[in-house]
Amino acid sequence: MEYTILILLLPFLSFLFLGLAGMKLRPVVAGAIGTAVLAVVAVLSYMTAWEYFSAGRDAAGVFPTLIPWNAVWLPIAGDLHIDLGVLLDPISVMMLVVISTVSLMVHIYSFGYMKGERGFQRYYAFLSLFTMSMMGLVVATNIFQMYLFWELVGVSSYLLIGFYYTKPEAIAASKKAFIVTRFADLGFLVGILVYGYYAGTFTFTPAASTLAAAGVMIPLALGLMFVGGAGKSAMFPLHIWLPDAMEGPTPVSALIHAATMVVAGVYLVARMFPLFIGYAPEVLHWTAYIGAFTALYAAVVACVQSDIKRVLAFSTISQIGFMIVALGVCTSNDPHAGGLGYMASMFHLFTHAMFKALLFLGAGAIIHAVHSNEMSTMGGLRKYMPVTHITFLVACLAIAGIWPFSGFFSKDEILTACFAFSPVMGWVMTAIAGLTAFYMFRLYYGIFWGRENRELHAEHTPHEAPFTMTLPLLILAAVTCVAGFIPFGKFVSADGLAYTIHIDGRVAALSLCVAVAAIALATWMYAREKQPVADRLAERFSGLHRAAYHRFYIDEIYQFITHRVIFACISTPIAWFDRHVVDGFLNLLASATNGTAWLIREMQSGSVQRYCIWFMGGALGLTILILIIC
Amino acid sequence: MIKMEYYLVVSTILMFVGFYGFVTRRNLLAMLISVELILNSVDINFVVFNRFLFPEQLEGFFFTLFAIGVSAAETAVAIAIIINIYRNIRNIEVKNLREMKW
Repeated sequence: MEYTILILLLPFLSFLFLGLAGMKLRPVVAGAIGTAVLAVVAVLSYMTAWEYFSAGRDAAGVFPTLIPWNAVWLPIAGDLHIDLGVLLDPISVMMLVVISTVSLMVHIYSFGYMKGERGFQRYYAFLSLFTMSMMGLVVATNIFQMYLFWELVGVSSYLLIGFYYTKPEAIAASKKAFIVTRFADLGFLVGILVYGYYAGTFTFTPAASTLAAAGVMIPLALGLMFVGGAGKSAMFPLHIWLPDAMEGPTPVSALIHAATMVVAGVYLVARMFPLFIGYAPEVLHWTAYIGAFTALYAAVVACVQSDIKRVLAFSTISQIGFMIVALGVCTSNDPHAGGLGYMASMFHLFTHAMFKALLFLGAGAIIHAVHSNEMSTMGGLRKYMPVTHITFLVACLAIAGIWPFSGFFSKDEILTACFAFSPVMGWVMTAIAGLTAFYMFRLYYGIFWGRENRELHAEHTPHEAPFTMTLPLLILAAVTCVAGFIPFGKFVSADGLAYTIHIDGRVAALSLCVAVAAIALATWMYAREKQPVADRLAERFSGLHRAAYHRFYIDEIYQFITHRVIFACISTPIAWFDRHVVDGFLNLLASATNGTAWLIREMQSGSVQRYCIWFMGGALGLTILILIIC
Repeated sequence: MIKMEYYLVVSTILMFVGFYGFVTRRNLLAMLISVELILNSVDINFVVFNRFLFPEQLEGFFFTLFAIGVSAAETAVAIAIIINIYRNIRNIEVKNLREMKW
C-alpha cells in the first residue's frame, strides 16, 4: 500500500502550485485544481480504508499495524532517531476517511461560499496545506512526526483564521489561537522529550522493560502530552481561542475548528492509549474529569450565546469534552470490561465530524443568506431555505442523540462507558447530553422559527444557497442518517479485537428521554413568536445570564493575568533592565568609541605635509627624549 | 684642511632647508625639489663618513652613486605623475588634489 504516501504528497504539491502560481490563475481554475486534487486524495483514502479493512485480521484477531513507508529523518544518538513515514492502523485509517471526506465537502462548498472573495486562490492553497498537515498528523509513525504536523496544522489554522487579514478581529483571533495553542504545545514538546529520553524511542510502542524502569516519568510525559492535546482540543482553561477562531471563513470553521483539527487532542490520547492504560491510568482519569468539566462549562455557555457560530463553537468544545471523557473513563483494554470508552470516543469523533461539519456548513449557508452571524437577524428562515433547514434539523437531531441519527449511537456508547466507570459520571454526562439537546434546539428555533426579523427580511429577502453549497449539505446529512448503523466496533476497539456494539437498553431509554424532554423544553420556550418564558428567565437570573454570555469571564481572567500580572510585574521590569542596563552598557561602549573617533579624526587630514610635520616632530621629540635619558 | 664637521654642518643645513621647503611649499614641483635636497644631504653624509672614517673602503661612495641613480628614476616617475595631474586638473597645487583624498 505504498500509494498512501500520495495522500500526503498530492495536497502538498497542490499547496505549492496554488501558493506559487495561484495568482496567475483564474479563481475558478485554482479552486477546481484544489478540489480535483482533494477528490483524488479522498478516493485514495477510501481505497486505503477498503484495502486495509478487507485484508482481514491477523492470527491474533487484530488488524495489523502497517508501515508501508518509513524513512529515518533525523538520527539523534544511539538507537534514538526521528522517522517520517506512514503508519496505518484502524484509527489512522478511520481518520483518513473522516478528514478527506470533510475536506472534500468543504472544498466543494467553498466554491459557492467564497465566490468573489479576494484571495480565493490563496484560500484553496491554505486548505490544501491544512489537509496535508492533518493527514500527516494522523498517519505519523512516531510522536515527533506527529508533533511536526501538529505545528503545521496550527500554522494553517492561523493562516485560515486570519484569512480576512484586513479585519482587526480576525487578526486578533488568529494570533490568539496561535499563541494559546503554541503555549500548550510547549507542554507537548517537553512531554515528547521526557518520553524520548526515558522510553528510548519516539515510536508508539516502546519496550515494556524500559517503560517499567522509567517509573513516574512516563505518567509525567503522558500528562504533559495531554496539555498539548488540551490546547489543540480546547479543553477548559485553554479553550479560549476556539470561539474567537470563528472569525475565519465558515467552511474553515467547519473543517478545522469543528471536524478535524480540534479532535487532534482526542486522537493523541487515543494514539497513546495503550501507554495511558498500562502506565498512567490516574492521568487518564484526570483527563476524564477535565473533559467532563469542559463539556459542562461549554454546554452552559452555549445556552445563552447569540452568535450562531459561537453556539456551534461551544457545542464543539462540549462534544470534544465527551470524547475525552469517553477515553478517560477507560479502565482496561478490554471493551467488555471497562475499555468500551475507546471505541465510543472514536465512534463519536467519526459521527461528530460529520454532523458538526454539516452544522457549520449549514450555518455558513444561513450567514450567506442574511449576511450576519447574529440570531436576532434570523428567525423564520425555514420558508426561505428549505434544504438548509432540513439538513440542519438532521444534524441537530443527531447531536441531540435521537434515534436513528448517528449521534444517538455514539453518544449512547459514551454514556454506557461513563455509567460503567461511575454512576456520578454517567448522570453528569447524561445531564450534559440533555443540555446539548436544549441549546441545539434553541439555536435551531432561533434560526428557523421563533421571532422573525421581518424588517430585515423584507429589505433583503433571504434565499437558498447555490447548488455547490447545498450538495455537501445533502451528502453530509445522508451520512449522518446512516453512519450510526456502521458496525464501528468491528473496525476500532481498545484491544483491536472485533467488538459487537450492543445498545444498552436502560441507558438508551434514559438518554432518549432526556433528549426528548430537552427538545420539548426548547420547543416550548423558543419555537413561537412570543417567548415569555425565555425572556422572564433571562431577566430573573440576569446575573447568571450575563456571566454565561460573557463565558464566565474566562477571557477577562486571562487578560488580567497576562496584562496585569505577567506583563506589568514581570515583563515590564525585565524590559526596563534590558533597555536601560544591558542596552545602556553597549550604548556606552559605542558612544565612547564614537566620541574618541571624533576627537582624533582631525589627525587624518589627508595632507601629506601635515603628516610630515607630525613625523618630524615625533622624531625630534624621540631624539630629545633619548638625549635626556642617556 | 677642511674638517669633517664643516661638511656635516652643510649637509644638516641642506637637510633642514629641504624639509622646510617640503612642508611649506604648495607646489608639487617645489616639493619634489625639496625632497631632492634632503636626498642630497644624505648622499653628502655617506660620502663624508666614508672619506674621513673608513678611507680604505668604498661602500659609502658606491651607495651614494646607487642612491643618485634611484633618485633620478624616482624623479622621472614623480614628474610623470605631476604632468598627468596637470593634464587632469590644469594645476599642480597640492590643495587642489582633493579627489585622491578618499
